[in-house]
Amino acid sequence: MITSVLCAFATGRMQELSDAVLSGAADAIQLVISMAGMMCLWTGLMKIADSGGITAMLARVFSPVLKHLFPAYAPESPAMKAVCMNITANLLGLGNAATPMGIAAMKEMAKKTPTPGVADNSMVMFVVINTASIQLLPTMTGILRARYGSPSPFDVVPAVWVTSLVALLFGVTMAKLLQRRGGSRYG
Amino acid sequence: MDKIGVYLVPCIIALILLFGFFRKVPLFDTFLDGAKEGLRSTVSIAPALVGLITAVTMLKASGALDLFTAAVRPLAQALGLPPEVVPLTLLRPVSGSGSMALLNGIFADCGPDSFAGRVAAVMMGSTETTFYAIAVYFGAVGIKKTRHTIPAALSADLVSFLTSALAVRLFFRM
Repeated sequence: MITSVLCAFATGRMQELSDAVLSGAADAIQLVISMAGMMCLWTGLMKIADSGGITAMLARVFSPVLKHLFPAYAPESPAMKAVCMNITANLLGLGNAATPMGIAAMKEMAKKTPTPGVADNSMVMFVVINTASIQLLPTMTGILRARYGSPSPFDVVPAVWVTSLVALLFGVTMAKLLQRRGGSRYG
Repeated sequence: MDKIGVYLVPCIIALILLFGFFRKVPLFDTFLDGAKEGLRSTVSIAPALVGLITAVTMLKASGALDLFTAAVRPLAQALGLPPEVVPLTLLRPVSGSGSMALLNGIFADCGPDSFAGRVAAVMMGSTETTFYAIAVYFGAVGIKKTRHTIPAALSADLVSFLTSALAVRLFFRM
């Protein structure tokens, strides 16, 4: 904000700047109001899917893949179950559910870790997966595009999937490659 | 390719409702519970958005954002990115609502269906607030040494930014 004031001073755009302050604050509230409807609809629908047990079903589908990413845990261990649930919730875009499950997963991993206070290989892998967006339907972005009059706001979804997948594979590969530097003491 | 986007949302809604129906979920009550949560979380980001969107609008009006975009234009072009999205790549890993504010600005200036608009949308949809996730998860269990987490996560973000532009070119022939 201070940069803006200095820059406007230098370029003589003070009038535009003071207009921007007024319109910016109003625009933010308009944005929140125009998003609220879609957000409610969406979280409501996801709650139905969640109550129907879709999270547990998808978690079963993913466990064969996750076995390779987290070799330190048995498929039925509490840590592995929490990891599965967190990843499924992320896929469905259940942000409010994914974070507590993720923290539960980290706590389970922390109980078993050979190196307290230092992230072991499974923890790094888990957090790297969580820093990549694997959400199937980017709701917020879609809502925002619709607001600016895009005729089909979700037409970017195939491109988002390809990009997410490339980035996720890259992140997982990087995590696997870099973990070798620490030797075997990190599990 | 466009058709997928058009069919996607109505089909997903129908599938979720059918799934809930066969699983004997009380549809409307559950929907209301979820919708309340959605409303609460949307309202909770309002104060942050007021601050951040005002800041972004001010940066645009003062010409500071234009100066920055002009400065990074050669680099952006070398990487195949539209210069307007460069500020988004810098803010995205650090602040979720900040990048929302920037995305809002890009859509307002360039339009949601422009090349820059689409690339920004793909970037936003294919990345997370990396540092927030790292802080929350490692903070929760008192981990201080994160080892190779940050290099792996940030390089994945970079790959995602570069791929966004490629994917938009590929899917939309822009």
